[in-house]
Amino acid sequence: MAELVKEMKQSITPKRGAKPIVEYKDVYKSFGEVEVLKGLNLDIFPGEKVALIGPSGSGKTTIIRMLMTLEQPTSGEIIVDGTDLWHMKKNGKTIPANEKHLREVRGDIGMVFQHFNLFPHMTILENCMTAPIQVKKESKETARERSVEMLEKVGLGDKLDNYPSQLSGGQKQRVAMARALVMRPKIMLFDEVTSALDPELVGEVLEVIRDIAEEGEMAMVLVTHEMDFALEIADRVIFLDDGVIAEQGSASEVLEESDNERLQQFLYRFRS
Amino acid sequence: MEFYFLYMGVIIINAIIEVFPVLMKGIHITITVFILSVIFGYLFAFIAGLCRLSNNIIIRSTTSFYVEIFRGTSLIVQLFWLYYAIPMLFNIGIDNRLMAGVLAISLNYGAYMSEIVRGSILAVDKGQTEASIALNLTRFQRMRLVVFPQALRMMLPEFGNYLIQMLKATSLVSLIGMTDILYHGNILRSTNLSMAPTVYLLLLVFYFIMALPLIFLTRKGEEISKRGVANG
Ligand SMILES: Nc1ncnc2c1ncn2[C@@H]1O[C@H](COP(=O)(O)OP(=O)(O)OP(=O)(O)O)[C@@H](O)[C@H]1O
Ligand SMILES: [Mg+2]
Repeated sequence: MAELVKEMKQSITPKRGAKPIVEYKDVYKSFGEVEVLKGLNLDIFPGEKVALIGPSGSGKTTIIRMLMTLEQPTSGEIIVDGTDLWHMKKNGKTIPANEKHLREVRGDIGMVFQHFNLFPHMTILENCMTAPIQVKKESKETARERSVEMLEKVGLGDKLDNYPSQLSGGQKQRVAMARALVMRPKIMLFDEVTSALDPELVGEVLEVIRDIAEEGEMAMVLVTHEMDFALEIADRVIFLDDGVIAEQGSASEVLEESDNERLQQFLYRFRS
Repeated sequence: MEFYFLYMGVIIINAIIEVFPVLMKGIHITITVFILSVIFGYLFAFIAGLCRLSNNIIIRSTTSFYVEIFRGTSLIVQLFWLYYAIPMLFNIGIDNRLMAGVLAISLNYGAYMSEIVRGSILAVDKGQTEASIALNLTRFQRMRLVVFPQALRMMLPEFGNYLIQMLKATSLVSLIGMTDILYHGNILRSTNLSMAPTVYLLLLVFYFIMALPLIFLTRKGEEISKRGVANG
């Protein structure tokens, strides 16, 4: 019986039937001698909300950075919407992707960073407008209109002409989200986006993520230490340990019902 | 006693009246050499600084070679090389003094300042590049819109300091016979040795007055710099 339950958890695929928008196939990643990922297999479906949890150093950040093309897998494939991200075909041969290929494939992916990474020399509005104009070739008016709309949505409609240095951490992170959202990604990656914030500012950022999640269309991968939040919005929680997925399932299955010992230890440390 | 001072005063004033117009004859040369050296110096600095960050090893090592040669040897010798040695060796005419002078100063300071360009670009937080990759900007857009403007703010104060150094370095062109203010001053002193103190005092004043706006510019640069690189 326990075996059967375990099997079900391993093969869980919410939003069944749809074609996955991201597939990790047997992905390995080492930094020098250190092997961080040891054969990761993971499908993410359109609109799915996935929470990645696991001990420090287990490779959560590495997983999403490889998808954002900030880190190259040592071996294996990452398929985005049917296209191999890190390889391309040339004269029938498979060769490492070049910058052009990477740009074509990563266009549907957006990311929010732990330390915001806003552009300090641009106003809030310019932070948001630049990519739509430069990358999507939108007119200045359109880009401006959509950026203002997005900034209003994250509650910063009155700060358009401020510089990042004039904002609180929570406000900066909301700008970072607006900046990513105006690019209309199909997949959004969040790397511990609240962990650099003062505790009293965490709520306003989670609020925005919750709003985006409720709209539903975007797939979201959240690396997070906010277990309650994961429980609330994630369709699926993935526990990463020792370079592989050690447990996955619905939030309640993983966070409340699992009997995986490592996971128990991990959660215990969080709850105490 | 009082009479003596008065007498000295009159002599000095006379001397200054005599020296001042002679030095003024060289001012346009000093300023021309300075402005051209600044323009080409910054140009070389940016080109070499960016080349040293290139992915291409040949471009990178060629540029390093240039930078180390020009930083490792003396500006005066470089000037003589350009003006006397190279035209002879290769039978090409840099018999144009202005060109030799400007090239020597701008290649030399360009080499120094390329290190500032390179260092400042490397000093921009890696998160800035990562954020612009996440927004799918091209490599060139990332440099032009995100990294370079921030690096430039870090370069400004250092660039200001080199501006003043370049002004002072222009005086070397008198050694290849360019008729700048130092050249005219030297001629005057060699015809009338007693004028030496007045000549060199006035020369100091000349250089200092020309440096004043540059000092002001440097301050401005520091201000902009402080405003610009606040935390994102
Ligand atoms: N650029 C790098 N160079 C060398 N080692 C790296 C690099 N990036 C990550 N690592 C190592 O890879 C391992 C996994 O890192 P990663 O950042 O993915 O972990 P994480 O699960 O996000 O941890 P945390 O919860 O602390 O953020 C760690 O041991 C880390 O030291
Ligand atoms: Mg991490």
